[in-house]
Amino acid sequence: MTEEYVIIAENLTKKFGNFTAVDHITFSVRKGEIFGFLGANGAGKTTAMRMLCGLSHPSDGKGIVAGYDILHESEKVKQNIGYMSQKFSLYEDLKVWENLRLYGGIYGMKDKEISIKMDAVLRSIDMQSEKNTMVRDLPLGWKQKLAFTVSIFHNPKIVFLDEPTGGVDPITRRRFWEQIYSAAASGITVFVTTHYMDEAEYCDRVSIMVDGKIKALDSPQELRKKYSASGMDEVFQKLAREATRKGD
Amino acid sequence: MIKFLIEKEFKQIFRNSFIPRMIIMMPLMMMLIFPWAANQEVKNIKLSVVDNDRTTMSGNLVRKVSSSGYFILNSVTGSYTDAMKDIDSGSSDIILEIPADFEKQMMDDKHSTVMISANSVNGTKGTLGSSYLASILNDYSAELRSDMMQNLSISAVQEPRSFSIVPEYKFNPRLDYKVFMVPALMVMLLTMITGFLPALNIVSEKEAGTIEQINVTPASRFQFILAKLIPYWCIGFVILTICMGLAVCVYSIIPVGSLLTIYLFAMIYILVVSGMGLVISNYSDTMQQAMFVMFFFVMILLLMSGLFTPVGSMPDWAQYITILNPLKYFIQVMRLVYLKGSGFFQMIPQFLSLCCFALFFNVWAILSYRKSS
Repeated sequence: MTEEYVIIAENLTKKFGNFTAVDHITFSVRKGEIFGFLGANGAGKTTAMRMLCGLSHPSDGKGIVAGYDILHESEKVKQNIGYMSQKFSLYEDLKVWENLRLYGGIYGMKDKEISIKMDAVLRSIDMQSEKNTMVRDLPLGWKQKLAFTVSIFHNPKIVFLDEPTGGVDPITRRRFWEQIYSAAASGITVFVTTHYMDEAEYCDRVSIMVDGKIKALDSPQELRKKYSASGMDEVFQKLAREATRKGD
Repeated sequence: MIKFLIEKEFKQIFRNSFIPRMIIMMPLMMMLIFPWAANQEVKNIKLSVVDNDRTTMSGNLVRKVSSSGYFILNSVTGSYTDAMKDIDSGSSDIILEIPADFEKQMMDDKHSTVMISANSVNGTKGTLGSSYLASILNDYSAELRSDMMQNLSISAVQEPRSFSIVPEYKFNPRLDYKVFMVPALMVMLLTMITGFLPALNIVSEKEAGTIEQINVTPASRFQFILAKLIPYWCIGFVILTICMGLAVCVYSIIPVGSLLTIYLFAMIYILVVSGMGLVISNYSDTMQQAMFVMFFFVMILLLMSGLFTPVGSMPDWAQYITILNPLKYFIQVMRLVYLKGSGFFQMIPQFLSLCCFALFFNVWAILSYRKSS
């Protein structure tokens, strides 16, 4: 294992009874990379990501995240990652600054460190005026922006984003990707699942998952070339046609 | 790091539109209304008298009964059938039938028999009512006897030897039900609030999805559970203090024993019920489920705690079950301290039992909280 790879998955498998949600997937993610994890609904993206985050025990295979084994050292993995789920699980009944403070505190940041960093990040996402707003009163796009900020507030090595742009308009999505780029520029590895194919174009490398297996893994340019397609959408269509599993 | 979690719990509780109000309102309601309603003294028993005699003596008897304060004289009829109709229609609870030659028998034989029939659909009312009535009748017959002794100074009949029992009710001389119920009601209230709120807490984070966000952080299970427990601990103390204050102001009920003992036991007891709530919350997927399961257990615990019916008069098998009921121990403790003034060292068994329960439920709560599946 070299320092270059921050996520290594080898034959990672998750079974729920007879159903194999994730079927022996093997891949690795380089440090500082934006790695797109693509697939239709029900392909097993979220399950795979939950295993890498230590939320779900793999049935088989192994995974190393930030240098720690996901099965035996999941608490050490958690110290080094950030996570943003589909639902952007912020506390709706806490204010913007209180959410930041809570998660900063959980990851062991000191009061002073938190307040200094808080001002800086709120300025960078242009939400200073909303510092004392209750999260439930924020519009969806702002919640998303804040959820991402919260997930990287403690400066993790890797951030996992599970369909972060669901339900927002294209302009907000575009802005969100700018946020992702700036996080990647600061050295955070970004692992993002999505089913928007235009977003796939923004990634350094993408993997396409069909029925629990990884069918393709390369940079968007290479994939387009390989499948002689004009865009990622077409690549995806060609691969997903083989799917037998019903989406959820 | 635990500081931040506790801070968050407190903010959430105080921002909730419902919880702070409930913390104030429930003790008020319980302490101001319940002690009057949960009264097992039987009063206002509706009485029908069948007076077949219609003499001065039978009239006096009826007056004596109706002036006792326990009975409301519903009707004086001439036949038992009429009185039964009153019972059937619900306008009467108990029948006193005086025989036709009551006065004559009393004068001649110094002895007569009256009949009491009680409607025992409500068992307590039936048994207590007829025993009240019987004791009033005994009083009356004693009165009559002494009257007659004076009038007939030379009596051929030897006075039957008799003795009377004068009970002294220790620790609650006036047999005031409130003194007995109020400490137990405090326990009930603590159980409801510090049991139900935690039961709904973790599961509400499951429903909101925020628990997953906590699960990907390095916050340990122990820290998470402890941060959930501490606020309820404080709430419990607030509630207990409000209750004890109300007991003094409204009913002048002051614990004979020390406040410190009460708080010490409460400290452990709140941990027991909150721990139980958290365990249920961990196993539930929805708030509804948690609510029902908690309700089920609290119901059983309350009914088998000796709150309303003494544990000692339950059948043996039920008494064995109550060994596993933490409520029983705390109700015992509260009554002992409030009425008898027992000290800590007299209640070591209860203390140890409660400690075991607290340990058991909270270890279980920590173990059953899963950060991953």
